[in-house]
Amino acid sequence: MTTKVLAIDDSRTIRNLLRVSLEGAGFEFHSACDGQEGVDIFPDVDPDVVITDINMPKMDGFGVIDSLRGGPNRTNVPILVLTTESSDELKSRARNAGATGWIVKPFDDASLVSVLRRLTGHVS
Amino acid sequence: MSGNSIRDTFFEECEELLEALVEGLSQMEQAPDDMEVVNAVFRSVHSIKGGAGAFALDRLVSFAHSFETVMDKVRDRDLAVDEKLMSLFHRAGDHLSDLVESARDETHLDDEAESGLIGELDSYLGDEAAAEEFSFDAVTLDFDGPAIELPSEDDSSAMRVFDIRFEPSRALYENGHEPLLILDALADLGELTVEADISRIPEFDAFDPADAFLSWHMRLASSEPETTLHEVFEFVEGLCDLDISVTTGPEEGPLTAPLDPEPSTGTEEPIAEIEAAEPQDEDPPYEGPPRERRKEPRGPKPTLRVDLDRVDRLINTVGELIINQAMISQRIEELDLPTVAHLTNELEAYKLLARDIQEGVMAIRAQPVKPLFQRMSRIVREASDATGKKAKMVTVGDSTEVDKTVIERLADPLTHMVRNAVDHGLEKPDGRDSAGKDPVGTIRLSASHRSGSVLIEISDDGAGLNRERILAKAIEKGLVPPDVELSDPEIDNLLFLPGFSTAGEVSALSGRGVGMDVVKNAVHALGGRVSITSTPGKGTTFAIVLPLTLAVMDGFVISVADQTMVIPISSILETIRPNPRDIHVVGTDSQVVSVRGSYVPIVDVADNLGLSRHDDTAGAGILLLVSTELQGLTALRVTAIHDQRQVVIKSLESNYAAIRGVSAATILGDGKIALILDPEELINLAHASGNDPFAQHSRMELRHG
Repeated sequence: MTTKVLAIDDSRTIRNLLRVSLEGAGFEFHSACDGQEGVDIFPDVDPDVVITDINMPKMDGFGVIDSLRGGPNRTNVPILVLTTESSDELKSRARNAGATGWIVKPFDDASLVSVLRRLTGHVS
Repeated sequence: MSGNSIRDTFFEECEELLEALVEGLSQMEQAPDDMEVVNAVFRSVHSIKGGAGAFALDRLVSFAHSFETVMDKVRDRDLAVDEKLMSLFHRAGDHLSDLVESARDETHLDDEAESGLIGELDSYLGDEAAAEEFSFDAVTLDFDGPAIELPSEDDSSAMRVFDIRFEPSRALYENGHEPLLILDALADLGELTVEADISRIPEFDAFDPADAFLSWHMRLASSEPETTLHEVFEFVEGLCDLDISVTTGPEEGPLTAPLDPEPSTGTEEPIAEIEAAEPQDEDPPYEGPPRERRKEPRGPKPTLRVDLDRVDRLINTVGELIINQAMISQRIEELDLPTVAHLTNELEAYKLLARDIQEGVMAIRAQPVKPLFQRMSRIVREASDATGKKAKMVTVGDSTEVDKTVIERLADPLTHMVRNAVDHGLEKPDGRDSAGKDPVGTIRLSASHRSGSVLIEISDDGAGLNRERILAKAIEKGLVPPDVELSDPEIDNLLFLPGFSTAGEVSALSGRGVGMDVVKNAVHALGGRVSITSTPGKGTTFAIVLPLTLAVMDGFVISVADQTMVIPISSILETIRPNPRDIHVVGTDSQVVSVRGSYVPIVDVADNLGLSRHDDTAGAGILLLVSTELQGLTALRVTAIHDQRQVVIKSLESNYAAIRGVSAATILGDGKIALILDPEELINLAHASGNDPFAQHSRMELRHG
């Protein structure tokens, strides 16, 4: 069974880079351009893992985490935060919000895939 | 999608982000407290930085980082935006744009200005600057290679047994972690034995499936360094009780200390492999658009990226279709069928469809003038800085769409005119003050559609043209005779004369005229016209009228001598069938026509193209009134006007050779080639060839006589 990834990022370049690495590693790739769209399409895509940027229009990454982790439709799907900041503060904030892990931009394909594998059990 | 095309997309996205940045900054000027706007500006810079990092464009990342950090302070309301900071943001935005450009074109960019800007930006950060800088370094190191020490030889070869206790908390599950996967990851590192502790599982009635009851005790025999173990538990630190110790193997203390908060993932990869993983170097199978369609159902607007060549080929083919349609129409007419009523109806429908297709295809090439206009705000800023004037730019109608090529070729002339508007159009702040004007001058750029053409206006609210000075200069340069009498518009148009002004004299001049002939030529090359209106004390407006497209145009099909030709309708002001009474002979064989009381020189098209005349058009024919910058109103004499139609423009230069007075060619319905005339050039030709009696002064004498 293929592992479905939902990537939420307002940068086309980052979405492209993620698509290329993840499709190359055998993931089924879906993307959204902002937090709101990501949360909206989440039920339809029903991903095995979510990757989200923090700074985005309409709804930021923390909003995404809150939406997915809170409320009646709460899900335990792994959520990875994509961040350019590697500060501990941001990581602990993300963790407290309910994020599963983080990827520091710029990321390299190998580590990205290995992190996803660790969170989803995906095999290439 | 190959690495290169991802890179291309990155730069395309940068263009969009830079546009959004410029727009955001100008909005910030209006409403500095609107955090939505500040956020948008921040995101633009941030996204450029994020993408640039992926391509190891360190200089771009570094500058964007400084910029973003200051913007972040504004976002957090730690920093108030004043005029000085706003100006810094603008300059930083300009520089970011330069950096993107130099990264894209792989050209060198002088870094003197950059260090100055970074210094200015950092001055807003105080002590934070150093700390932030450090964090940025960590990011780049992550990418370029291992940020932390690689394990030594000893570590990697020695087999050790790790003793691991792992007790997840409820939050670990809630954050989407799966202990089983963590155990799997450990098992990948060596030989793993797992013992589950189920003692804490409560009675069935007290069992909460969301809670955490299990814990594990594991032994891992592995030659992997400890950092790899840390990595496995990286994300769950704080969400579990974890205790790792080494039971056998090289002397090492128990790892009960907090896990390294920031082990970079994948740092154990050999550098070569990391490089191989860079997107530029790989070309994995890219699954085409059908799958992609679902993935981006929303966003600003769904778009499709198409190679420009393909669009141009399509446009060309549609051009052929229009010609073909014209031919079929003509053939059917020639058949002289008795009952063609419904055939002509179908034909009319075909014609409309062909036109629809053509307009649709043209629309693909159309782009809003907004990016072009936005670039001008920078020119205004730079020119006002350089001249010590204060200016702001206002744009109107920037969503007006114009052919891509037109936009591209308009960039230089527009830059010129905008720079002139600030340099020569606007007064100095004190001058404006004493004239009772706002010390900040306004440069207004507007675009609009006007019946099949595009009108672009560049206005300033300056002092208006200094006509005395312009005339004096033109006389001094010998461009007009000293005793010439010219109307105001004629004086204004002197600016467009080649040689009116040279770059060396720019700053010494208060009038306009820096390379305006260059501007005029560029606009002409696009099939457009440029004109000036100026009101003393109120300002000056340059208006550029351009065809919507370079591929088709509306023209009159005319005959000149025996030849069928086409003349662009846009250039014709009026057509006259003259009364012989109104035609007067001047000199030996030159003629003027009296039009509502003023005399207009007649230029015979056939004579000027060197066509021998078989019909007798002397004194007869049709006169087309055209207005040119150089010669004012002129009447072109042709034999007859046959039809008005849309023609497909075919370059004569690329198919044959350039002919003076002829701008291009087209194929008519009967399959014949017809030349498309360039009225302005024709008239200039008449004056240059010397068989024109209406040198400027004689015309003036007539007019004022």
